Amino acid sequence: MAQLKEILKRNTMLLILICVMILFEFLITSRSDGYSSLFKPTNITNLINQNGYVVILTCGMLLCILTGGNIDLSIGSIVALVGAIAGVFIVNWHLNIYLSIFLCLVAGLILGGWQAFWIAYMKIPPFIVTLSGMLAFRGFAWLILGGLTISSFPAAYSAYFNSFLNGADLGINTYLFTLGCAIVIALVVIAIAFNSRLKKIRKHYEVAPLWQALLSLVFGCFVIIATGNLLGQDKGVPVILILLAVVVLVYYFFTNNTVPGRRLYAMGGNEKAARLSGVNTDRLMFFVYTNMGFLSALAALICVARFDTANPSAGSNYELDAIGACFIGGASAYGGVGTIFGTIIGAIFMGVLNNGMSLLGMGADWQRTVKGLVLLAAVVFDVLSQKRKSAN
Amino acid sequence: MSKILLEMQGIVKEFPGVKALDNVNLQVLDGEIHAIVGENGAGKSTLMNILSGTFPHDSYTGKIIFDGQECKFSEMRDSERLGIVFIHQELALVPTLSIAENMFLGNERGSYFNLNWDQTFSETIKCLAAAGLSESPHTLIKDIGVGKQQLVEIAKALAKKVRVLILDEPTASLNDNDSQKLLDLLKELQKGGMTSILISHKLTEVSQIADHITVIRDGTSIETLTRGVDDFSEPRIIRGMVGREMVDRFPKRESHPGEIGLEVKNWTVYHPLYTERKVCENVSINVRKGEVVGISGLMGAGRTELAMSIFGRSYGTKISGQLYINGKEVRLSNVQDAIANKLAYVTEDRKGCGLLLGSEIRSNATLANLGRISSRRGIIDKDREMQLAKVYTEMLSVKCSGIEQSVGTLSGGNQQKVLLAKWMFAEPDVLILDEPTRGIDVGAKYEIYTIINKLVANNKTVLMISSELPEILGMCDRIYVMGEGRIVGEFRREDASQEAIMTSILKAKTNDDASLSTTIAKGA
Repeated sequence: MAQLKEILKRNTMLLILICVMILFEFLITSRSDGYSSLFKPTNITNLINQNGYVVILTCGMLLCILTGGNIDLSIGSIVALVGAIAGVFIVNWHLNIYLSIFLCLVAGLILGGWQAFWIAYMKIPPFIVTLSGMLAFRGFAWLILGGLTISSFPAAYSAYFNSFLNGADLGINTYLFTLGCAIVIALVVIAIAFNSRLKKIRKHYEVAPLWQALLSLVFGCFVIIATGNLLGQDKGVPVILILLAVVVLVYYFFTNNTVPGRRLYAMGGNEKAARLSGVNTDRLMFFVYTNMGFLSALAALICVARFDTANPSAGSNYELDAIGACFIGGASAYGGVGTIFGTIIGAIFMGVLNNGMSLLGMGADWQRTVKGLVLLAAVVFDVLSQKRKSAN
Repeated sequence: MSKILLEMQGIVKEFPGVKALDNVNLQVLDGEIHAIVGENGAGKSTLMNILSGTFPHDSYTGKIIFDGQECKFSEMRDSERLGIVFIHQELALVPTLSIAENMFLGNERGSYFNLNWDQTFSETIKCLAAAGLSESPHTLIKDIGVGKQQLVEIAKALAKKVRVLILDEPTASLNDNDSQKLLDLLKELQKGGMTSILISHKLTEVSQIADHITVIRDGTSIETLTRGVDDFSEPRIIRGMVGREMVDRFPKRESHPGEIGLEVKNWTVYHPLYTERKVCENVSINVRKGEVVGISGLMGAGRTELAMSIFGRSYGTKISGQLYINGKEVRLSNVQDAIANKLAYVTEDRKGCGLLLGSEIRSNATLANLGRISSRRGIIDKDREMQLAKVYTEMLSVKCSGIEQSVGTLSGGNQQKVLLAKWMFAEPDVLILDEPTRGIDVGAKYEIYTIINKLVANNKTVLMISSELPEILGMCDRIYVMGEGRIVGEFRREDASQEAIMTSILKAKTNDDASLSTTIAKGA
């Protein structure tokens, strides 16, 4: 029983997310003709397409926050600027698509590196440097585009971010293909989990109780297969979902299983101690902000493909979405605490809020108010539960 | 016989799962200095937090009687209104504000919307004089030393019309000179009728100035010793604290020094901000393998600065001199180099610079040498990490629920063991231990000493910085004395005594003052 409580405590945000989804589903189905639903196949596809950029930006933002509660305000402007560059390269200059994508990512690295240099080596507070970036990069985007938007990207470009895998090439029907993919992924997940458990047992390491391992495995597989089931009824697997999965896995692995990842947590936990333990905190800081620029560029490419335009006012408030997702997902505002898994939950939470309220027909006015209050509530909840934990 | 000013009767305080205090009784007479001693975790601070109202009256059971009246404090303000002022070990001063502003912080002169600065400053001057501190009230707190800050805290208490002053480890971060000044001040204030309650680990101070000593062990008040009636000697007090006679405070060790493991020649370091000021000057020392060498000296003698500048230049600028590890000259330009060259520095400030308090034991233990548990590409083998972390926690017998317990929830002694484990995990040949037993109780100290002995038995080189003379004398084969950034004396264990070391320290000081005054004279 105590263990169950512990598990619930560790996954509170996940539970709240599930509750919120159920609540929305109830509200949506009860007030309409039964036609719209949160779990309608097209809506799931929408949810993924609409929120892809948040998930990607959130991964980078988490790293910034881990260093000690530092945030990056410039990412929305980088999205606009890199989007503008993409528009000029691809539409105006007709450059090769791959080359353009590569150059855009390099541009993101340079923009991120520019800020990272001032932050890491010149010790200018990140808030100020990225505030400057937020203004300057946005201005630059306006300059490049001359205040106009560039539209009609070639279909070949959009295909990389906006299409679906549906098994048509293999001659399989979309539903079977998608569900099959989900089942294969679930099987792989099960195989990996069992393999690592067996390895641990063979070496006599501690393992979590079997029922706990099974519980999380069953839940994970259920989500994967249910998602596959729903996507299969629509257009298949969105390419963007694959991109997201790769990014999330890479950053999950980075924060959990690599030396620099571990050092990042150490730096946020106690910078002095980290430095005296041989952690090059300047280099970490440089990496984190450069990385943020890179991921912003990636998000820019996705946004450009999704809206089919390069717009100088694109990406506004994206930084706030990413920051909000991190904090809702349990990252500490003082650094050193937070997981990729948590922030993904946070990002999905924000996405579901947006999507659910739109389906309910609530206006932007209410949506913002609710989102703001939810952010505060999440952090208050976190602080209070920390307090209770330390009192125990 | 003066009357009883303050009495605490049958105090019981429970935290979820732990009984922190179990039937504590305390009687404080009017105008006395009453010392409370006990091991770390015995419940001294909890008791004082109850007395000062930090823990409100419904969170414990028992009675507090002050001046014949039963008191129920629900916050600190309530106790302060009666003149009970608690000075915490971590000083509550704002570094960027002036002495005067700090003095009346929360107790401002003038009205709420209109501060009376003239009154503030004139009263500050009065209180500072009473506390024996001659500083301008406009001086910022960050510009004065810890010793003076402590005096400002006392002056601040005086401004609150204090009747009972509670001091929690007031001399923990002071050198002997400043400590003595503080104790003299308490004596002086006692003459004026002030009552003090002093919590201290430094038993010499306690037996020097206290009128009564109450011993607390495991949350219970064991006994109260009275000056002139009971024996006030250190062994007697320690017996009360630990419940047994500590015959050997230092474990025995055979010393077999080998070749030189660490050697520093002509080491000079300048202050990082005031780059004209020499912090270490021409220091030359050596430590052999299998040897413990101590560095003694006053606070501010440059010992920590020396150690940190050796440890990959983590302190100071314009560092010059030669450094040899295992007979080979090395140039360490950063901490990574130092660790790679098998050097470890165990900091004196375990909370501030040593540990990640919010993280588990596991990740603390492995942080200084992540390479040992990761592949060449920097991917951590978590299974191996857990296994090794366990080995090290068990090796140092850290008392914990497991390697996933967060370090912040451990006691001071166990935190110190985790810190040692972290550096032993880095597999160094040379360890510099900076105040390895600061602020931990007698039992844990013994365990740390045993660990140090094991290290040298394994042919490691250990350089130990300590401000406690008995510790230096009990543990070290050789002792260097540092004063004003220079080595001013070297003793073999056989020749060393507290008196000899103290004399050497003080002589350095007077020499320096003398040379300073001649320069001034010449200048004039």
